[in-house]
Amino acid sequence: MTVIAADEVAQQKAGGPGHDIPPQKAIEGRTPLQLAWARLKKDRVSIACLIVIIVLVLVAIFANQLTSLIGHPPNEQYRDKGLAPNGLPVGPGGFFLLGGDDVGRDILSRIIHGTRVSLLVGVVATALAVLIGVSVGTMAGYFGGRVDTVLSRTMDVFLSFPFLLFAISLVSVFSPSVRISIFVIAFFTWANVGRIVRGQVLSIREKEYVEAARSLGAGDFRIMVVDVLPNLVAPILVYSTLLIPTAIVFEATLSFLGLGVPIPTPTWGNMISESQGTYLQAPGFLIFPSLALFITTLAFNLLGDGLRDALDPRAARVLARK
Amino acid sequence: MGRFIVRRALFGVVVLAIISFAVFILFFVVAPGDKAANFCGKGCTPERLAQINKLYHLDQSWISQYWLYVKRLVLHGDLGYSFNNQQPVRAIIFDRAPATASLALGAAVVWLSLGIPIGILAATKPRSLRDRAATTFALAGLSIPTFVLGLLFLYLFFYQLTIHGAAFFPGNGYVPLTQNPWEWMKHLILPWFTLAVVSAASYSRITRGSLLEVLGEDYIRTARAKGLSERRVIYRHGLRSALTPVVTLLGIDVGTLLGGAIVTEAVFGLGGIGQTAVTAVVNGDLPIIFGTVLFAAFFIVVANILVDIAYALLDARVRLA
Repeated sequence: MTVIAADEVAQQKAGGPGHDIPPQKAIEGRTPLQLAWARLKKDRVSIACLIVIIVLVLVAIFANQLTSLIGHPPNEQYRDKGLAPNGLPVGPGGFFLLGGDDVGRDILSRIIHGTRVSLLVGVVATALAVLIGVSVGTMAGYFGGRVDTVLSRTMDVFLSFPFLLFAISLVSVFSPSVRISIFVIAFFTWANVGRIVRGQVLSIREKEYVEAARSLGAGDFRIMVVDVLPNLVAPILVYSTLLIPTAIVFEATLSFLGLGVPIPTPTWGNMISESQGTYLQAPGFLIFPSLALFITTLAFNLLGDGLRDALDPRAARVLARK
Repeated sequence: MGRFIVRRALFGVVVLAIISFAVFILFFVVAPGDKAANFCGKGCTPERLAQINKLYHLDQSWISQYWLYVKRLVLHGDLGYSFNNQQPVRAIIFDRAPATASLALGAAVVWLSLGIPIGILAATKPRSLRDRAATTFALAGLSIPTFVLGLLFLYLFFYQLTIHGAAFFPGNGYVPLTQNPWEWMKHLILPWFTLAVVSAASYSRITRGSLLEVLGEDYIRTARAKGLSERRVIYRHGLRSALTPVVTLLGIDVGTLLGGAIVTEAVFGLGGIGQTAVTAVVNGDLPIIFGTVLFAAFFIVVANILVDIAYALLDARVRLA
């Protein structure tokens, strides 16, 4: 009886009398990530940053094609046309679109090629740091006890290193290269990731579904991968996005100090470092690579912020409460 | 509390031992080459080589050199002698430390007085125009590398002022406070602001975030319901607990900077600990590298302990065990 009544109400609500109800749109289940993406799409700043980042990636991939379009290879020195008569770099707008550097190379071509090193180091170092950090942090938080003590103390030691100084020492011993830059950056950032992940796992492992999985006989490894890790996707995604610009700046700093990617490879840090002798007279030499660096890090930072808001709607609620 | 401090201090000593050990392994085991021969240079005579080996104990195994190093440090507070000019490392560090300390502490004052008010302004009117402006400032500051900002400052405030006949800021160098306070300040203003603008960004962000969270708490509603003025609610009740994360960050940042603000020192040629360390790394001056790494790590370890203590004093909910 009640069942029929409920059925009738449903039919009336659907607007169709009798049995020929128009087929309703099925209710779609949306995963948290889909919901987050829907929220992110509404945020114009984040989308703009995403576009900037995609453009940067394309520039990095097609760097060779772009520079051959310009006609000035990044390491070609145009000593006659690319330098002012007094030996200073030429300004923007003349022979070179963005001006030349102190030995007559095209700044634009070099910036385009510099995108490669920056993005490569930023992304790979972050991926490496996240991989180590998540593994160690998850184990520390999940197992607790003595394992946690050992792993947490290890992370504490890594966080106590005067990292830039030690990084410089490491680079000087192994002689500078892209690979060693990536390794050094990952080496000194994974502990930050590990600490955050550990804190999250500490609360996740007390959840009922972890207990349920365990009572069904799931092993530790399976629980960590299947039950714990998916809950870490949001914070890891946000943190990685914010870690990439840090790694890019770290690489540029190493290059600036002369211990990054060896010259004449064009990197933004190398260019800024090379500009030091003449930038007071030719500010473009400093400003354009700095701008490239600034736009890249800003785009990643803004996107990270947008991602945080999209993945964690709680943050918006705190604001609404006021 | 006492037990906590002792335990943390002991762990700090262990951390310093591990770090110094790591540096020794890096330079004695991993790094290629005969240290004494490198140091002696091209026109090296066997007598001089023997002399160097005797003086610096470079002919012994690295583990016994480490043991010797630790023993000298603990018993005499001695950090050895520089390869380059044979000066005691301790004297070099003490000589360079005031420049670094002036830079770090002065910059901290500037970034706190920039960052915290901006954070408060943003948090008290979330989503307003001034919040947007504050957030933009914070993100821009976070995205600009220290060396870029430093070079930009040099271009604008040193070079442009100088060529327009209004020279005020010197381009580089450091003048001790005891020698001439006015010159000391003039030499440090640009470095202070370089470091401060970059850091103020994260301070304003953290102040904003944490104050927003605190202002949503029940006791703030109670304070408002009692009829307290908004000023009092924010500054007396809100800010006190909102500043706890700021104190944490401040401790770590100042601790790290006291061990050498490498980039800022390099841009402005301040000749502090950081610059000394970088020069030593480039020249392979091992005793100075060991000394400066240990010096920097010491400040980081002490800062961490102080931060934990401050945390307990500021936040009644935290108990140290």
